[in-house]
Amino acid sequence: MATLDSKIPSGPLADKWRKHKTDIKLVNPANKRKHHVVVVGAGLAGASSAASLADLGYQVTCIVFHDSPRRAHSIAAQGGINAAKNYQNDGDSVYRLFYDTIKGGDYRAREANVHRLAEVSVNIIDQCAALGVPFAREYGGLLANRSFGGAQVSRTFYARGQTGQQLLLGAYSSLSRCVGQGTVKLVTQNEMSDLVVVDGQAKGVITRDLVTGKLNRFAADAVILATGGYGNVFNLSTYARGSNVTASWRAYKRGACFANPCFTQIHPTCIPVSGDYQSKLTLMSESLRNDGRIWVPKNKADVKKAPADIAESDRDYFLERIYPSFGNLAPRDVASRAAKRMCDEGRGVGETGLGVYLDFAEAIQRYGKQAAARANLHDVSAAKVLELGEAAVAERYGNLFDIYKEITDESAYKQPMRIYPAVHYTMGGLWVDYNLMSNVPGLFVLGEANFSDHGANRLGASALMQGLADGFFVIPYTIGDYLAAQKPGSRPSADRAEFAAAEANVERLVKKLMAIKGKEPVAFYHKKLGKIMWNQCGMARTKEGLNQGIVDIQALKKDFWSNVNVPGSAENLNQALEKALRVADFIELGELMCRDALTREESCGGHFREEYQHADGECLRDDVNFAHVAAWEFQGEDKIPLRNIEPLNYETVKMSMRSYK
Amino acid sequence: MVAHLTSAKNLSVTLRVWRQPSTDEPGRFVDYAAKDLNPNMSFLEMLDVVNYGLEAKGEDPIAFAHDCREGICGTCSLVINGKPHGPHKGVATCQTYMRSFADGDVIVVEPFRAKPFPILKDLICNRSAFDAIQQAGGFITVRAGSACDANAIPVPKDGADLAMDAAQCIGCGACVAACKNASAMLFVSAKVGHLGLLPQGQAERDSRVLNMVAKMDELGFGNCTNQYECSAACPKLISQDFIARMNRDYIAASFRQAFKPKSNASSGGA
Ligand SMILES: Cc1cc2nc3c(=O)[nH]c(=O)nc-3n(C[C@H](O)[C@H](O)[C@H](O)COP(=O)(O)OP(=O)(O)OC[C@H]3O[C@@H](n4cnc5c(N)ncnc54)[C@H](O)[C@@H]3O)c2cc1C
Ligand code: FES
Repeated sequence: MATLDSKIPSGPLADKWRKHKTDIKLVNPANKRKHHVVVVGAGLAGASSAASLADLGYQVTCIVFHDSPRRAHSIAAQGGINAAKNYQNDGDSVYRLFYDTIKGGDYRAREANVHRLAEVSVNIIDQCAALGVPFAREYGGLLANRSFGGAQVSRTFYARGQTGQQLLLGAYSSLSRCVGQGTVKLVTQNEMSDLVVVDGQAKGVITRDLVTGKLNRFAADAVILATGGYGNVFNLSTYARGSNVTASWRAYKRGACFANPCFTQIHPTCIPVSGDYQSKLTLMSESLRNDGRIWVPKNKADVKKAPADIAESDRDYFLERIYPSFGNLAPRDVASRAAKRMCDEGRGVGETGLGVYLDFAEAIQRYGKQAAARANLHDVSAAKVLELGEAAVAERYGNLFDIYKEITDESAYKQPMRIYPAVHYTMGGLWVDYNLMSNVPGLFVLGEANFSDHGANRLGASALMQGLADGFFVIPYTIGDYLAAQKPGSRPSADRAEFAAAEANVERLVKKLMAIKGKEPVAFYHKKLGKIMWNQCGMARTKEGLNQGIVDIQALKKDFWSNVNVPGSAENLNQALEKALRVADFIELGELMCRDALTREESCGGHFREEYQHADGECLRDDVNFAHVAAWEFQGEDKIPLRNIEPLNYETVKMSMRSYK
Repeated sequence: MVAHLTSAKNLSVTLRVWRQPSTDEPGRFVDYAAKDLNPNMSFLEMLDVVNYGLEAKGEDPIAFAHDCREGICGTCSLVINGKPHGPHKGVATCQTYMRSFADGDVIVVEPFRAKPFPILKDLICNRSAFDAIQQAGGFITVRAGSACDANAIPVPKDGADLAMDAAQCIGCGACVAACKNASAMLFVSAKVGHLGLLPQGQAERDSRVLNMVAKMDELGFGNCTNQYECSAACPKLISQDFIARMNRDYIAASFRQAFKPKSNASSGGA
């Protein structure tokens, strides 16, 4: 059984991090040069940590599967990044950001970690502004903010609709500077395929060169995984196609515990699936729900009619009906589940029946009339009102309407958008202590790949904050606590038996996959897995469904390993093999997620078990039995993993029913 | 037209695809029939469907680069009918949809071609030269923890907005692929412009432009002869004005470099 010591410092919440920083062991500059850290990943978390550690004097190697670090999935984040700057003078504070995040996570995150996140959030904005991130500005030249869900203050910093891109390019520029100076060695197009554990400690990784197929060994004094989230286990998601769980999964198989794997965020407003060929789902920002009204036809018979032909009295504005006080701005998980129920009832719209309308007609009229009044126009024609209204809506949401048009070929000015919930983020991940170290000493996990800060539900604009907090401001301190105890120069040689064994393990896996030569392409299995996960472990989960999911996934795994067809050779660039290796891990992860969801007999945040709900459909948490982190420990192939528990002790906040009504 | 309700007619096309096993082996065009395609498919989804068929037959799928599939990561990089990123202005390959083509079309699909971007396989080329240029100077030196309060340096809104226009570059390399000289001027000038327009970027302004341009030349990118095919092919429509701005910066920096008094700092101080 793994030992899960969270290492949360003692003392009052607000002093823990300060105290910890002074208690932490330091590595002297001459010894830093002798320690070698391997960082896998160069998204916000990986790039920022690699650069900061190199600047401190450590030798750093940064490994990514992408052809350039600038292509990490962080690049796609749209909305913004939170920080408790209180530049708006609207009552924000470190405590308020901490509290909002804890409550947003439905009381399933660690207080101490979240408080630290809120504390360092302010430094992130300073750092990024200094790096030249072109944040939105007010006319006086100071930074602008916008509001996001789950908060009553305006604390979100942004760069148009491309905040993730600009932050990643900022972190990438620091990483590039270090590569140019020779303090970071950059290894691209290499996929980490195994973790090397020597005497119980993480001491290196094995990678597969995606261009040559060659397996490489990297020895290290400590290993950092910053490899992102695993939402692609659902096949269809808002993630980049390459995002995968392989690095975390191989670490799991080497002893690192996987915490709360079933905690998945499903975002209500995405462009729906339009056909079986579809590869990816696109997010439509939450901000649209300020002005759009969500509805489906009241009658099943109307679902194929053009929306304009459905009379007002035949429309069901279901969020406004079910949640009169929040209406269309109901929280993400609630809105997602309601949309699903409508479609389950057969009232979904679009080709597949999995869609609801997000309608701007009313907003266009309202804004049009306002604009006419402002311009002192009297007796204006209906056409003029429409024109003015569309212009006003374009000013607010034009870029989103454009994306929608590109994908669907429909104008959301002329007819309602069709939207549907989609997988967007994973709160679960490898278990880490307060130092961000997993239960395997020497293995650190940063960014979306760890489980630490968002509990059972993440608030918008907090993932970017966490990635940069971990990389710029936490790991530079906490890695010292481990490395100070490692004798400089004690790093094992990559010729050791443990490296050879790990390499042989990867080689065996690759050979096995190449040899099957069955009938079905890898994509066949990924699609099937995605369907099982979506139906049984998606927005609403039940005991029967999850049990069925486990059975179905086990059967799928068997079929995969006897019937998949990976063409080509393993000795060069082979995208089918890359996919096969990733899907093999996703299949196993899928089973673990179902197990986790099955054993968590409560509803909280994004984890909704139909058996556990209040009369009004809200999550029914069970703080007596489930106020804990479930950290799963690998027990061997095809063996049921062990469920370890880390209790969540709330010292400051009182756990209460999360209500946004 | 309400595509999702009337279900527009499916189409079939012939793909003429560049297949090349590796950098050192010769390549050639191979034809594939892509049948009964939903016009709402993206171009890359169409390739997925073709590859699914090839893999099911045990044949090597067509290798192509992609990741985000929403026009932001800069990974996708196809030349479609002679145009980097295909027929439409201001979009990346992954945002190109089959409805842009007609039933029966023959579509020629090639990789980005430029000497500094060697082909790795089929439609995938190696663009690490762009990273090398960034490493030469595309940054502002700030150690974590050493920055002043973000609002201590006001940035005038117009400057910030213009910097953002340049910063939008996705690093895809279409500008290089579109240029007959394989010039990287638009890419480099976007970074030089972004950082040079901000007060934070002034300390390293001269060294940045000199080092990035030197690296660009060293890596074999060609000269700019002011045809501006680059801007036309850019999925973010980055303006060629940034090239002119960089040229001015470069001349000023070279001049200052030549006449700059040398301090003793580099020799450890007097
Ligand atoms: C469409 C969309 C919009 C979003 N918008 C926002 C937003 O507005 N605000 C917000 O806060 N969050 C947002 N998020 C979430 C946020 O973008 C991510 O959670 C965050 O960027 C993850 O960063 P990361 O550094 O942990 O990982 P990533 O950026 O995913 O980077 C992973 C890195 O690991 C590497 N890697 C992975 N596996 C391996 C392996 N086996 N071997 C080698 N290398 C590997 C990759 O090459 C890459 O460099 C959004 C997410 C999506 C999908
Ligand atoms: S795949 Fe990311 S820009 Fe096209």
